[in-house]
Amino acid sequence: MRGRNDILADIRANKPKFTAPAPAVPNYDDHYPSDAAGLQARFIEVLEKMGGAWAEPEANESLEATMRRALADKLDANSLIASNVREIKGNRRVHADDTPASLHDVDVAVLRARFGVAETGTVCFTEAELTVNAVAYLAQHLVVLLDPATIETNLHRAYQRDDYKNARYTVFHTGPSATADIEGVLVRGAQGVRSLTVIPTPTV
Amino acid sequence: MSTPDPSQTQNSAEAVREAQPKPAKARPGQRVNHASAAREFLQSPIHAQSHDERVWAMRQRRDAAAETIPEWEELRDLASQIKTHALTHLDEYLEQFADNAAANGVHVHWAGDAADHNRIVHEIFADHGVKKVIKSKSMLMEECGFRHYMEGVGIDIVETDLGERIQQLDAEDPSHVVVPAVHKMRSDVSQVFAKTLGSDPDNDDAHYLTEQQRQATRPLILDADAGMTGANFAVAETGGFVVCTNEGNADLSANVPNLHVASIGIEKIVPKLSDLGVFIRLLSRSALGSPITQYTSHFRAPKPGGEMHIVLVDNGRSKRLADERFWSSLKCIRCGACMNTCPVFRRSGGLSYGATYTGPLGLILDPSIDAYRYSNLPFASTLNGSCTNVCPVKINIHEQIFEWRQVLAEDDMIPWTKKSTLAAAGRTLASPRAYRAAIKSAHSALKHLPDWALYNKLNAWGQVRDLPDVPAEGSFHDWYRQHRLNKEDPTAGDRE
Amino acid sequence: MRIGLFVPCFIDAFYPQVGIATLELLERFGCDVDYPFDQTCCGQPMVNSGCHAEAAATEQLFVDNFADYDVIVAPSGSCVHQIRDNLTAVEQTAAVKHVRENTFELVEYLHDVLKVEAFPWAKFPHRVGYHDSCNTLRNLGHGKPSELRGPDFSKPRALLHKVEGIELVSPSRPDECCGFGGTFSVTEPEVSGRMGRDKIADHGRAGAEYIVSADTSCLMHQQGCAKRIGAPIQFKHIAEVLNGSAA
Repeated sequence: MRGRNDILADIRANKPKFTAPAPAVPNYDDHYPSDAAGLQARFIEVLEKMGGAWAEPEANESLEATMRRALADKLDANSLIASNVREIKGNRRVHADDTPASLHDVDVAVLRARFGVAETGTVCFTEAELTVNAVAYLAQHLVVLLDPATIETNLHRAYQRDDYKNARYTVFHTGPSATADIEGVLVRGAQGVRSLTVIPTPTV
Repeated sequence: MSTPDPSQTQNSAEAVREAQPKPAKARPGQRVNHASAAREFLQSPIHAQSHDERVWAMRQRRDAAAETIPEWEELRDLASQIKTHALTHLDEYLEQFADNAAANGVHVHWAGDAADHNRIVHEIFADHGVKKVIKSKSMLMEECGFRHYMEGVGIDIVETDLGERIQQLDAEDPSHVVVPAVHKMRSDVSQVFAKTLGSDPDNDDAHYLTEQQRQATRPLILDADAGMTGANFAVAETGGFVVCTNEGNADLSANVPNLHVASIGIEKIVPKLSDLGVFIRLLSRSALGSPITQYTSHFRAPKPGGEMHIVLVDNGRSKRLADERFWSSLKCIRCGACMNTCPVFRRSGGLSYGATYTGPLGLILDPSIDAYRYSNLPFASTLNGSCTNVCPVKINIHEQIFEWRQVLAEDDMIPWTKKSTLAAAGRTLASPRAYRAAIKSAHSALKHLPDWALYNKLNAWGQVRDLPDVPAEGSFHDWYRQHRLNKEDPTAGDRE
Repeated sequence: MRIGLFVPCFIDAFYPQVGIATLELLERFGCDVDYPFDQTCCGQPMVNSGCHAEAAATEQLFVDNFADYDVIVAPSGSCVHQIRDNLTAVEQTAAVKHVRENTFELVEYLHDVLKVEAFPWAKFPHRVGYHDSCNTLRNLGHGKPSELRGPDFSKPRALLHKVEGIELVSPSRPDECCGFGGTFSVTEPEVSGRMGRDKIADHGRAGAEYIVSADTSCLMHQQGCAKRIGAPIQFKHIAEVLNGSAA
């Protein structure tokens, strides 16, 4: 059996014998809108193409009401709403010591995103926002509060952030779970959430 | 990703009457016969046409996605350069990755080959009393025959990617690296699920079938003792790795059970986190035409109270690094774009390759795993070159296919009859006189022989197409002599 | 400037009109063209199958025949690719290098070297689907393949647009391989035939009466497939159209 030292020695002996420097990678975001509204519009366009929904709160509407309105066809009086955010109360708190399996009956998980990416309509979470990572996949639906001011232009910018360096788990969600594995027919909710709704909410 | 349209439903009703073509698998020690497996596939016209159209649709969506990125070709260049840099410094980056991962609290293992990998994972499972495992799709684990091995030691592995699960339930290999069941019609899936999940055999709606699988798999996910994933990228700088899925199944596999084991090929290393910007932008656009997979998951350390293991697998990769013709195949990020553009893959179906890696990618990877068994595969190509042009890391795929032909011919891995025929052709074409005589006899045969003598199984050309007519003016050579040289002398110009 | 005309083996044997059109076309532009009489083949059939050693004598004969010419022109993209990029079974002498560096495919020669502005003698009042052979498109750079991003261009179409009356139509998969692929056509006849029939059908749906190409090998394959299934579409080499072939 070859272990670490053998494998590394083989690589050292076999690797191509020339030097190839790492290239400099431009940011490629000159053509993105420079204002927050423009970036948000780009974000929404891609999010919707990827199967996500954008729910703009109406005047004087509570976030709770916005969520209920956006998920009207998915919620009933008995729905279990697990909220990790202060702005929406929900009826099930997620605690760090909950076992993942204990979250199997959650209908809606409500999370705050760390940031968004306009290029792909992506929202980002780490374990800090998730509390129990699995809740974002075991829930039937996901509601995400996103501060529009945190939307990055593209993935190059997104990967210049520091979030990943300390987080144990950093995940990009772009719309809900999806598959086209049967005859190329697009189906939402293959294994994870069936829907993903983003509500713009500035961080207070 | 396409939405359902009514014509597909009609197609599917007919497909019920057309069984899924299942090419015979080559036995151990046998050469895979791609041509005959492809013939079998084409004998099921509904499956064949649907496969070509669906896989071509992925190529078209890839084109449309690339068209929205002005810097697309530059990104391909950058991705290729980053991989070149990473592979020429692979020992350093691999050590950095392993050390960082260990510092993050991850258990790091090293596997020299497939057997090592399977044994190492088995030991981890044995230590934890694991009996039930959920896993997301991993080509590396396919390469290692992992599921088969685990069946042998009584550990239950459940695939959580829908396509891979369909293939597992049907006891069939995946046919495509991204869409493992793309060769199946929905009626085929309906039959498989009716038998294995107890779904309605008369319902072949894709939404219904997907939901059936979701309902059947969820309890297995909640009940699993361990979860397994592969990795698309491993980042030296952080010791973390990235998994890209559309279903969220890797996140379920990694986050629901307490124990997460990730199998990672040593070539997956990229130096820096910022390199991911380049690769994530290219990966799903190349694969399916979407700007990103629905889930891009960065695992760096175990969840509190959990345990994470990484198995770094060589399995021939360090050896391939030494070959100056083929080392760049290690740049591959398994997007499947080369398959989607390949006209031969689309017409023959992935199972016809009889190998873990199918399509153009398989043509250059499989012979490095078993040269004799896969010696026919580099010939299953027209060398049209579109694979090279779609490759997001700019592997010169079609040139490597061409190189493999030479390697196999020189190592006497191609059939003797083929080599001796070509040697005879080489002798004829090296002699002007023999060449002229050959043309004369070909013309004579075509003019005088009856069809039954021209069109038989010895004439592979004539199996699917007619032979050309004999030109009235004879050969160009004859014409030139008659019109441009001494018209009186029938041998003018010929060298004796 | 003396041009050596290379008429590849299958054109010599079955499509002499392609060689004749190439010769006449070059002469119309005042070129001094010679046809070396002992030529046979470029070695491609063997090399295409990985049998380089078996191609060495053929490659040497090719070089012997053409080394004395300033330029070599051939109406076949795949043969020019073989000569330029893969004629490696023989020692790379000065003669071999000269031949490899100075061999041109006809369209390239007309478009890039002669920079032809007009074909006043040519009329082709038909709907034409142009077949980009994979070798001319991706190995010789005749145009922008559909899978690459960048400005569109096509040397053969630029030439054909100068022909009076011609109407170019485009199949839905503009540069899908027709399935010839050299020895692939006989080692994988079913896949090859299927690709050929699909290609013809795609051109047919686009309304093409003729399929025109710079590679006779692709045309020979497609023509054979068309005859087998009774498809009415016709085939011409681009040299014939540019040289004023009526139909």
